Amino acid sequence: MSKLNIFSECKKYRIPLWQCPQFIFLILGLVIIFSIVFTYFVGARYIQDPGVLAIFICLLTAVLFILAFSIVNSFENLLSVSRLKSEFIEIISHSLRTPLTNLNWTIDFFLAKNLGKIEKEQIEQLQFLKENSKRMEELISKMIIVSRLEGAFSQSNEEVSLEEILNETIQKMKDQIEKSKLNLELKIQKNLPKIFVNPFYFKIVLESLLDNAIRYNKENGKIEIELEKRGKNIYFEIRDSGVGIPKKDQKYIFQKFFRSENIAKFQTPGTGLSLFITKRIIENFGGKIGFESVENKGSKFWFLIPIKK
Amino acid sequence: MKKILFIEDEMALQKSLGGLLSEKGYQVISAFDGESGLNLAKKENPDLILLDLILPKMSGFDVLEKLKEDPKTKEIPVIVLTNLEGIGDVEKAIALGAKSYLVKAEYSLEEVVEKIKKALE
Repeated sequence: MSKLNIFSECKKYRIPLWQCPQFIFLILGLVIIFSIVFTYFVGARYIQDPGVLAIFICLLTAVLFILAFSIVNSFENLLSVSRLKSEFIEIISHSLRTPLTNLNWTIDFFLAKNLGKIEKEQIEQLQFLKENSKRMEELISKMIIVSRLEGAFSQSNEEVSLEEILNETIQKMKDQIEKSKLNLELKIQKNLPKIFVNPFYFKIVLESLLDNAIRYNKENGKIEIELEKRGKNIYFEIRDSGVGIPKKDQKYIFQKFFRSENIAKFQTPGTGLSLFITKRIIENFGGKIGFESVENKGSKFWFLIPIKK
Repeated sequence: MKKILFIEDEMALQKSLGGLLSEKGYQVISAFDGESGLNLAKKENPDLILLDLILPKMSGFDVLEKLKEDPKTKEIPVIVLTNLEGIGDVEKAIALGAKSYLVKAEYSLEEVVEKIKKALE
């Protein structure tokens, strides 16, 4: 009986009502009824024998019904597979994270010299272990985000200030900016309106773009950030004086797991998922993202996000 | 000396986080499953409870619910320390009365200790 409750069934898939298989089935049912009535009136004009007309309408109903059922059924199967895949990734990610946290915190405990004095060379080796477990953690986190973005997930949106998120992100990455001796310039328009998005996902967007501008910059390089209102949108731009993206690679940079050739030379660890995730998030919130880049000179990434709810 | 009850079934985390908290001057009581964690909370009346969610014998959610039902333990602040990060899990834990929710993998050991220190202030 629970299958008959369309609203609860659709809630399970966490997608809008009009995309829900049960709702589509209902609509198709109405279309079938309408087609039958229409066929009856048209058929009555041209087919004189009521018996033939009745068989014709029954056949048409059966064909339409089977067609509608198979469409809805395959749609439902696809959704179930997508939901199962997301659940599977969440479970796997949790199982991977547990031993990784054990490893990380034990290394931290060692490095805090709580298990006795350790030599310089041992510290270096432990730091190497720590860096690699951090990379693994980064990959798992991104896998979870990708699975959520690709699956049907509910976004709990709220009014947020992009300026505040930006300042928090800069604060969080301050050490990284200083360590790379980068000069950061901000140009933020005053009294910017708030946007209606999920703050968790927007932090990921700004962190990814700023992280790329730091990671692929040159020593003593520059990062310029602009934030302003443009019509009904908020415009964000980040420019760096880094390695840039070779022209032949530019069309692939929003693809999953793609990493440009020139980046490998710099030996910076990365997952190749950041820009894919960033683009997905921006588009999920009704925005647009783009970039311009010149190899060895730097890159400019921008996005537009609508202010309205 | 502030008393912390750490309900966590992973020995490595009991040793690292429990060890560092002891170094920092806290009294740490360890529980390795949900049931004994709940009993120790009633018996020891700690200043703070660190609670994992996936635990043997009784889940962290059940422990949290029972802690908040009991007048003896309902005022004790609980920090959920887990690697589950589904939106539903966070909402459920907060609705049940958790003071905060930390995803272990997102923090270093020192950062977690800082958060605990702040929660105890």
